[in-house]
Amino acid sequence: MKAYDLTELAVRNLRESGLRNSLTTVGISVGVASLVAMLSLGIGLQQLASRRLQKSGLFDTVVVMSRRDLRSFNREPQNSGPAPADSPMLDETARQRIERLPNVREAYPDIRFITELRYEDKPHLTMLAGLPFSAKNNDAFDGMQGKFFSSETAPEIILQKAFAEELLGKRPQPGADEVKVTELAKPLLGQELVMRYTERVENPGGPKRVPRAGESRLTASNQVNDLPQASYSVFLREQKLKIVGVSDLDPDSMRGAARARVFLPLKLAENLRVMQPTNLRDTSRGLGASPTYATVSVRVTSPKYVQSVEDAVRKMGFNTFSITDATRNLRQFFAVLDLFLGIFGSLALAVASIGIVNTLVMAILERRREIGIMKALGASDTDVKKLFFAEAGAMGVMGGALGVALGWVIGRVINLGTNLYLRRQNFPPEQIWAVPWWLVAGAIGFAILVSLVSGMYPAGRAARLDPVQALRYE
Amino acid sequence: MSSGSQSGQNGPIAVSTKQVCRHYRMGETLIRAVDGVSLELRPGEFVALLGSSGSGKSSLLNLIAGLDRPTSGSVIVRGGDLAALSREALAKYRLRTVGMVFQSFNLIPSMTLMENVELPMRFAEVERDQREGLARKALDRVGLSTRLRHRPAELSGGEQQRAALARALINRPQLLLADEPTGNLDSHTGTEIMELIREFNQALGMTVVMVTHERALAERYVKRMIFLADGKLVGG
Repeated sequence: MKAYDLTELAVRNLRESGLRNSLTTVGISVGVASLVAMLSLGIGLQQLASRRLQKSGLFDTVVVMSRRDLRSFNREPQNSGPAPADSPMLDETARQRIERLPNVREAYPDIRFITELRYEDKPHLTMLAGLPFSAKNNDAFDGMQGKFFSSETAPEIILQKAFAEELLGKRPQPGADEVKVTELAKPLLGQELVMRYTERVENPGGPKRVPRAGESRLTASNQVNDLPQASYSVFLREQKLKIVGVSDLDPDSMRGAARARVFLPLKLAENLRVMQPTNLRDTSRGLGASPTYATVSVRVTSPKYVQSVEDAVRKMGFNTFSITDATRNLRQFFAVLDLFLGIFGSLALAVASIGIVNTLVMAILERRREIGIMKALGASDTDVKKLFFAEAGAMGVMGGALGVALGWVIGRVINLGTNLYLRRQNFPPEQIWAVPWWLVAGAIGFAILVSLVSGMYPAGRAARLDPVQALRYE
Repeated sequence: MSSGSQSGQNGPIAVSTKQVCRHYRMGETLIRAVDGVSLELRPGEFVALLGSSGSGKSSLLNLIAGLDRPTSGSVIVRGGDLAALSREALAKYRLRTVGMVFQSFNLIPSMTLMENVELPMRFAEVERDQREGLARKALDRVGLSTRLRHRPAELSGGEQQRAALARALINRPQLLLADEPTGNLDSHTGTEIMELIREFNQALGMTVVMVTHERALAERYVKRMIFLADGKLVGG
């Protein structure tokens, strides 16, 4: 029999005993719905976790250090490659070379320094860090009050919650409720504070440079026995900065051991040529006039390229650090979680499959005579078998589609409920539920498969029916 | 004997049974429904199988129809032994070579007349656009052109049997097997059905085997009568 005839006959047969078949279909859809709801939550949680981790820079970032600094997270690569004294310097040229490597999204220097910020004439000593403009898409700013830097060089800063509390003189009381970011942000957003910093200025053509009037002179070069390559001047300067954001979370979770509490645009920090602690060290080691970076953070286009980029950077003679193994463990954990959720979700589908068997066996008893007539008219065993399979499959398709819709709604409701709860607990809302297209297709496919397997026994039984006896049946 | 016009579209078909037996076991007792029947049917012949109920005439018809398999002996149609056919091949034989009508009409109640007549064409994989025209023509031929969309329950017995005839002939079989086709009809309607069967026999050159216990009816339409009793041939 042709496929469309089969479908047509199957659908009309299903319509004939509409109530019973509808109930069976609803049974399948409940099974599929529980499967979809369970898995959509599992997948949603996984996506939430990996989104968080990925955006935090844990898994798509390679931290590059110079071998000269002897700062390495793992000692093993020290034994291979050039000796620290022969290895290249991590300067602007090196940064650009790294940025040109395949699969590298960006490579930016880690600029951080401790300095004094004056707010309402009170000094506050803290660590500042340059933040690349790409951090705008960072998840860490999801709950931020205010907005991100208006441009790459805007004289603006984002405060970490703890520093905002310090500026306002609010110390977290033990036992008391946490101060909300919104409360902290209200008086601070748009305010200006003054940053004091030391600018590093190259000395053109020689060690001597007369400071401008009014500048404090803190020249690092020695007048008597100058080494020309290590010659630059350091000037104390002030820069007004506008507070544009107060962030709840730490956008800097991984980079660097020391945590910054104030962030300014990275380009701005570069342009200001802020003297960094490492500069002095490099100067005393006679490493040259151009500044070097303590570390360079390399963001790769996808976590799967971390290893290849790391290898390439190591070949250039730098030390690298990344966390890749953690994602693998995380994926494994979620695979197990999804498996368990899937098994629990499938239980309902298993129950529904018994319903299909029952419905179809009943249909054989009821349509015994009809099967006999069809056989007398020339239907083969295969035709009869296919017809019952088609009926089971049609119930699977309808149940599957209905179930996906139902599961989608259930998942949504759970998501809504969770977010309601999160909001009550003062957490930002989260998307803990996801229905990717493959889950939709997979769930419907699985429903059809289960239905067809359930239809196997009834279909076989119907096909084997003896036509003479079936025709005698009233 | 009126063998009818042996038109070319119905090739010569000969049915013969050789010592064919069909035995059932019912508990301890063995029922010999058909017990060593040998007979030959020539192409285009109109034959009646007569006998009292339980004489084995329907069982013999089922064996010829390929609905049942003999316990021993053989049923030869067009030179081939039905007993040697696989289940699938036997189904194809029923589909292509045999048309059947029954005492209780056996139309599928949930289908309209059109759908009932179309059903064998679905099994024969006739294209959908051809099917409707053929079904309409067949129903028109048995005088049911105004009842196409009716369900069997909405029709009289005679109309139902005419629809069943249309259905039996839709795949142009060479063998029409009728199991008590007038058994559920009054004599007037029965005569109408018999006229139709005779018409098909003569016009299409179709071999017809009819099971009946009404000897008078058989005598009016049939040239050869085969009598059965206790599964064996008697007289004839």
